[in-house]
Amino acid sequence: MALADQDMRAAIAVTRFGLGAKPGELNEARRDPQGFLRGQIRSSGADQPGQTASSAQRMAEFRDYQREKREERLEKVSNVRPAAGEAAMTDAAAAKAPPARDPVKVVGRMLRDNVGADFTARVQLAADTDAAFRERWALFWANHFTVSATKAITGTVIGPFEAEAIRPNIFGRFDDLLGAAETHPAMLTYLDQIQSIGPDSPAATFMKRGGQRGVGASLQPVALQRRTVGLNENLAREIMELHTVGVNGGYNQADVTEFARAMTGLSIGGERDAAYGQAVFREQAHEPGTRMVMGVRYDQHGKAQTSAILSDLAAKPQTARFVCAKIARHFVADDPPPALVARLEAAWTGSRGDLAKVAEALVSAPEAWNPRPEKFKTPYEFVVSSYRAAGAEPQAIQAVAPILTSLGQKPFSAPSPKGWPEDAQSWAAPDAIVKRMQFAQAFSGGAVRDRDPKVLAAEALGERLSPQTATAIARAESRPEGFALLLMSPEFQRR
Amino acid sequence: MNAILPTRRGLLATAAGFGLSLQLMAVPAMAADGQLNKRKMIVVICRGGMDGLSVAPPIGDGEYQGLRGALALNDALPLDGTFALHPQLTAVYALAKAGEARIVPAVATPDRARSHFEAQDVLETGAAGVYSTTSGWLNRAVETLSTHRKVEALSVGPTAPLILRGRVQTASWSPGRSVDAEARLPLLLQDLYRNDPLLGPALARGLATETMAKDATAGLQGPQPMAMGGGKAGAQQGREAARTLGASLAGFMREPGGPTVAAISLDGFDSHANQAGLLTGRLAYLDAVLDGIHTGLGPEWTNTVVVVATEFGRTARVNGTGGTDHGTASTALLLGGALKPGGIVGDWPTLRSQALYENRDVAPTLDMRGLFKGVLAEHMGVDRAALDKGVFPESAAARPVGGLV
Repeated sequence: MALADQDMRAAIAVTRFGLGAKPGELNEARRDPQGFLRGQIRSSGADQPGQTASSAQRMAEFRDYQREKREERLEKVSNVRPAAGEAAMTDAAAAKAPPARDPVKVVGRMLRDNVGADFTARVQLAADTDAAFRERWALFWANHFTVSATKAITGTVIGPFEAEAIRPNIFGRFDDLLGAAETHPAMLTYLDQIQSIGPDSPAATFMKRGGQRGVGASLQPVALQRRTVGLNENLAREIMELHTVGVNGGYNQADVTEFARAMTGLSIGGERDAAYGQAVFREQAHEPGTRMVMGVRYDQHGKAQTSAILSDLAAKPQTARFVCAKIARHFVADDPPPALVARLEAAWTGSRGDLAKVAEALVSAPEAWNPRPEKFKTPYEFVVSSYRAAGAEPQAIQAVAPILTSLGQKPFSAPSPKGWPEDAQSWAAPDAIVKRMQFAQAFSGGAVRDRDPKVLAAEALGERLSPQTATAIARAESRPEGFALLLMSPEFQRR
Repeated sequence: MNAILPTRRGLLATAAGFGLSLQLMAVPAMAADGQLNKRKMIVVICRGGMDGLSVAPPIGDGEYQGLRGALALNDALPLDGTFALHPQLTAVYALAKAGEARIVPAVATPDRARSHFEAQDVLETGAAGVYSTTSGWLNRAVETLSTHRKVEALSVGPTAPLILRGRVQTASWSPGRSVDAEARLPLLLQDLYRNDPLLGPALARGLATETMAKDATAGLQGPQPMAMGGGKAGAQQGREAARTLGASLAGFMREPGGPTVAAISLDGFDSHANQAGLLTGRLAYLDAVLDGIHTGLGPEWTNTVVVVATEFGRTARVNGTGGTDHGTASTALLLGGALKPGGIVGDWPTLRSQALYENRDVAPTLDMRGLFKGVLAEHMGVDRAALDKGVFPESAAARPVGGLV
């Protein structure tokens, strides 16, 4: 591996570890590229993208929305009942009613606007921040603990989830980050924990008895009589497989089921609780008894059982290995040098999972400064770095959602709990390159303004700018064309 | 209906009479090379672990109602004495009645970890275990075929599925604004990418596909597949978009020099909670994509086999939240005008508690690789030795299912 000089190291610092250079950023990094990154690590965690409502508020708004919808449905049902003679009148009356005040639509739009605003604020922060390594570190953990908008309700709480559970904890202990993420209402909802009930818990016993006593039970269809009450193992499995020890971490199906039993009771407050939409523990739904998970006995009561298992999972060497390999893949290469992973693992183990120490180990690792850019930017990174190169930020969700969606990275909508893929193979399909080109063309028209694309290229890539790209930009027939060539250049597409 | 879908027992009895298991019954019948050039194969991957017992509920199995409780389907579309199709799979059902669709009710990859991601890797790489190869089996199948004839492959969707990744550069396409490949920027970029092993071939292929897309999707004006609203109107729009997506894929395959191999993946089948509603939507979407492919292919349908597969099935019992958790065997679908009419493919292990895998899941009776190999061997003409070694490494024991075409 060739040793990079100071200018190249500055370019690597802001493109590989950061989110792409803003005009002037390379100059800042040049004095001490490693120190420039290390200075962004701080115990208070990530920056917060503007003001967001709490997840409990969002949950309450969503409840109101569903209530409106239900009422509207009931009204419709009662409207189709009238006899034939009255029906015409009802139609006429409906036609006269003012159309714009539909409460369902109003609330629905508000929910969508909230989600759009959350996402836009996050892109704006990324486009504008002086501490882009810190933001990238936050994005890594948000993706590690993915909550996706695959359910309507989870979309509204992803912004609050990141603000409440992820961002404050990214430079703290992994144990704390894990606990905050797994017990947050957004995660409990996304991975179906909230209705999971211990099969032998008081709640399950009560529900089973109630079903048998019910009037006319024998007249009900078999299906209703047999309504099952019990476990949902989704969250337990994904914590082990995706968030901690990894799929080869040495657990089996019995461990997943035991962990799911231990977690019963973790839920969120409903109508009858004081804390609507906040994390609550329902003792009544908790499976009583001792649990065995990965060879360890847990005889704690209530939610202490979950905490104990989570802490043990966080401390396992498999977790250090699995997560450190993922950090190395995210920042450095799809197939990272084993020496780098070992270095991160040593920092993790030596500090008992202090993520600030792991971040320091990452930016100090010589393997991470290979001048050859191994990573192909994800759509999010590409779009954010395009804004940074232009020294601009998106004004509304409409500026970024269409391109991210068409490139396969729809806002807040990772395809599965595994989160977004990190590798070039996933993002560099022929169709995606064509669509990146279309974005670059459309974006450049407004972004370049009266500036010289040659200067912008030097500001964005520094030492990483190749002679071929510099020549192509110099020969461009217009400023937008030159800027589009910069954004689509092989070195800008990678980091 | 029996003429179209012979009963399972009948077929099994025939097979048993010869002392053969069902999948070894037929002798591969190779078509003349000229015919092979027209043959088309489409793989539809349903991600998230699609519940086989909802796709093709075994309503005649004595344990079904009891195990499924509230999730048992009472309005399923009957196929034979045992099986039916989910009520949303109307297009698939019509094809089944015409002898152009069959179910594979207990098929699984060799992976048993019940991890989505591991199982999807194994499903798509075609390897015996996880992390043993990084290319997809469909790409390697195309590579093998390419030594005899020109074979183009296409994936539909914004990201490239693993199943088609590998040494052969394949095309990818997703709906969007059209591109003029002769404009300045694409030409300048092709020059800038001439030494770039990733971006150069990708852009060239992307532009070529865009040129083909103008003809392939002409006349299709459905909504964009990503434009999904809520409620009933949204669901209807979603179905229309799905049909357009399927028809677009078919449009490419009808173009002269167009792809003869294609893959498309659909997300969202992970039904841990409220499974009934979730699958009603997802299966309607799947049905519409398949309907779009069928109608869009027109006369080429007779040269086509479509395989619909998922990474694993789900628990036979309902969980505590009106859903099901990760399981083992699931149902695959085979469709196409090239398909030989017949009953179910593979054996049905039944849902008796002793028959369940680990007293929990539908037990696999057929290796997924054998199913894929059967289509590749008989329909696409891939050499058996290549199937056993290169396309599906170390898979000689998973013999190709015979008699599919």
